[in-house]
Formats: sequence, C-alpha cells, structure tokens
Amino acid sequence: MNASVVYKSMLEAFGLNCEIFIFTLLFALPLGLIICFGSTSSFKPLRAAVRTFVWIIRGTPLMLQIIIIFYGPGLFWGGRLLPRIPAAILAFVINYACYFSEIYRGGIESIPVGQYEAGQVLGMTRSQIFFKVILKQVIKRITAPMGNEFMTLIKDTALANIIANLEIIMQAKQYAAKGLTWPLFATAIFFLAFCGILTLLFGWLEKKLNYYRG
Amino acid sequence: MALLEVRGLRKSFGNIEVLQGIDFSMERGEVIAVIGSSGSGKTTLLRCLNSLEIPTEGNITVGGETVFDGDVPKRSEKELRDRRLKFGLVFQSFNLFPQYSVIENITLAMKLRAKEQNYYGMTKHESFEKINARAEELLARVGLTDKRDAYPGTLSGGQQQRVAIARALALDPEILCFDEPTSALDPELTGEVLRVIKSLKDKDSTMIVVTHEMDFARHVADRIIYMADGVIEEEGSPEDVFGAPKSDKLKAFLAKAEETI
Ligand SMILES: Nc1ncnc2c1ncn2[C@@H]1O[C@H](COP(=O)(O)OP(=O)(O)OP(=O)(O)O)[C@@H](O)[C@H]1O
Ligand SMILES: [Mg+2]
Repeated sequence: MNASVVYKSMLEAFGLNCEIFIFTLLFALPLGLIICFGSTSSFKPLRAAVRTFVWIIRGTPLMLQIIIIFYGPGLFWGGRLLPRIPAAILAFVINYACYFSEIYRGGIESIPVGQYEAGQVLGMTRSQIFFKVILKQVIKRITAPMGNEFMTLIKDTALANIIANLEIIMQAKQYAAKGLTWPLFATAIFFLAFCGILTLLFGWLEKKLNYYRG
Repeated sequence: MALLEVRGLRKSFGNIEVLQGIDFSMERGEVIAVIGSSGSGKTTLLRCLNSLEIPTEGNITVGGETVFDGDVPKRSEKELRDRRLKFGLVFQSFNLFPQYSVIENITLAMKLRAKEQNYYGMTKHESFEKINARAEELLARVGLTDKRDAYPGTLSGGQQQRVAIARALALDPEILCFDEPTSALDPELTGEVLRVIKSLKDKDSTMIVVTHEMDFARHVADRIIYMADGVIEEEGSPEDVFGAPKSDKLKAFLAKAEETI
C-alpha cells in the first residue's frame, strides 16, 4: 500500500486525538477550578464530598472510567446515554478536571496569606483579590506541572479506542491486522511532533511569565 | 472629639485571650508608637483595627462612626470593606504584589474602586489620569520616582517597604498602621523607611506604629503605648514612658531593650 495514503489516514485519525485533547482542555480547565473551590471550601460537607470524588477519579484507571461512562447507562437503565466520541470526551473532562483541580489547589495554597491580606486592607473584594492578585501568580506557579499534564493528555487520548473510537493507534492497529506493521511504529512521530510543539509553547509561556520574580 | 476610640477590645484565639480589654483613643494628626515584648498582642491589635481579625468583644469608632461593635459582630462583606478603608496597614513583610510594577501596585486598588464607583462621574480615562497623577505624587513622597516601572522583586527591602507605604496611602486612610515596618530590613535600610514615616508625621498623618525601634518611638511619637500580656500596661508621652516608667514590667522591658542596643 502507498505510504502517503497510510499517512493521510493516520493523520485523519490523529485529528480525533486532537479533538479529544482540545475539548478536554476547554471544559476541564474551568471545571478543575470549580472543583478546586469545592475541595478548599470552608463548608465541610461540600469539601468532603468533593475530595472523595477527586480521590475516586484519581484512584481508578481512566480506561475504566471511559468504559463506565459509555456502557454504564446501558447496564443500569437500558440504552446508551452518549455516542462514542462524546462519551470519551466526557470521561477525559472529568478525569483531567480532577487532576487540574489538585494542581490549582497546590498553586493557590502556595500563595502567601499576606497577599490576600494586602488586598483586604486595600478594600478589595474577595473576587477582586482572587482575579487581580492571586490568579496570575498561581498561573505562573502552575505552568510547569500543567505542561506535564497537557503532554500526558495527548498520549492518553489513545485510550479512547477502548470504546471503538478510531483514533490513531486504532487506525494503525487495523493496518497491522492486515499485515502492515510499520504504521504502528510511525504513530510515535505524531505524538512526538505534538509534544514538541507543546514544549515550545510552554517554554514561551514560562519565559513570558518570567518578567517578574516571585 | 477623638478621631479613634477603642473601648474594651478583646480578642481570643480558642481559649487564649490575646487582647484582654484594650482602651485608648487618639486625635487626628497624632502619632502613637506601640511597644511591648513579643506575644503581647501588638500585631493582633492592629489586625483588629484593620478588620483582618474580628474582635471577640468591644467597640471601635472612627470619627464618631462605629467601625466595630461587639454586640453586632457579624458584618456583611461590603460593610467590612468600607470599614477597612478607614485604616491602612503596612506589613512587616511588605506584601507587595510581585506581578505588578511599583506604580501598578499603588494604583491597583484605586482603579478597582474607581471602576466600582463608575469613575466618579468622569470618563474612565480622566479618572485613571487622576489616579496615576496621585500615584506619581505618592511615589515622589517616598522618594522612588525612578523605580516607577520596576517590579518589587528587583527592589531592596527598604525600597519595597517605601512602595508599600505609598500603596497604603493611596486610598487616603484616616489612620495608617505600621506593624514593625523595619523588622524585616537590614539595619542599614531601616533609616530610609523611618525617615519616610517621619515625613508623614510632618504632613499631619494619623499613625499607629508598632515598633522595636526605641529611638524612633522616642523622637517621632507623640505618645507611647506599652503593651504587656494583652493589656495596655502603661501609656504616656515619650518623656514619661522612657524617662520615668512606673510599672515594673515596663522598667524591665526598657532595661532589656537598652541591653540589645
Ligand atoms: N491566628 C492566631 N491563632 C492563634 N494564636 C494567635 C494567632 N495570632 C496570634 N496568636 C497568639 O497571640 C499572641 C499575641 O500575638 P501577636 O502577634 O499579637 O503579638 P505581638 O505583640 O505582635 O508579638 P511580636 O512582637 O512577636 O510581633 C501570641 O501568643 C500568638 O501566638
Ligand atoms: Mg507582631
């Protein structure tokens, strides 16, 4: 078979990996912040509930979560809840939001209390303090761990094939089943290129945020 | 009428009563130095005035207006904020916002407030021009005009503290509090900060300065408050407090301060 045809179909399949990547970030980044507010809430029952949820999600395999979200509804009340791609994205969003929430929490907790108090004595509201004083410092502190998560995410998107989503590894395996094995190895190129771009992007961001110390 | 009145102020953390009934008042333009050994409750007193801590009991009024009333301790966030603005606080550790330049540190709160007040009937541009001009003026007053666009992380401790003072002055507090403003500084940098505080006195600012700098207290303050174990043990003019201390605790405290110098 013509190599360029193979590459083209793999590129198409990688589009799905990218789609999952983008939608996951789009929803999980803000959702993670909300979960973080829950897990740091001074209202104890809420905090306990959110922390338990985060523990369950982080403590079980993402692959299992994808399976449960896709097949679970059918087992319990007959019928599918979601098509394959949205089901995978939903699982990724929930899973990554929990990881992000912990990164946010670490970042927020690392900001000295004096920063909040300085805002308070200047008469700022709680939301002004959070958005104008704290958040930017948090972003700087969490860029490195976030970069790691982004890289893990693009590679994790391959897990979506457990519910028969035709992403790049699945595509390559189909070739392998027909006796063509090299595409399986070639998938690495796509991931490497993607992570290379991420590395550059985060390097640039870190440099940009490095205009101040602290 | 006194500008600030504090009556029967108490504050407990758990079972420990850190402030055990504080009473004092001060006039507009007065400078009070608060001295006392570590753990006597000086910081807690300033934090109660600035509503960073909610007192357990007592009363605080500023210009006749109640700022805290132990009988109705719960306040809405908005009330707390308005009351905080009557006081300014300069922290021992400066607490500047590292991601903002010096000038932005000074203007941030003013601009946020202006926005909330619909720019006081001006256009946004006019109002921000005014704020910037005021910030420049404050910066000149603390002698840091040339550091306008620097970030706090590049400044010396003394310079950072002077920016913090300008920032605290920006919102024109009635009473400016300082919590050991020079304790985190190298000895050779304390002078520049103390000089700025002294210059504010000449501008008739009302100030409460918690300090371990006995010379500064003696020469700049109009009145000294000596705190011990959560109460005002002794108060009076610098001459009386330093020259003729009455209580044994104060005598011991001064003797010890003398030693360390
Ligand atoms: N948030 C808190 N929780 C519990 N105890 C506290 C808290 N803040 C202060 N204290 C206690 O209150 C007492 C008085 O503290 P405070 O900081 O007011 O003393 P200080 O006079 O400012 O001392 P220093 O000269 O060391 O700054 C100390 O025993 C301290 O441990
Ligand atoms: Mg103190």
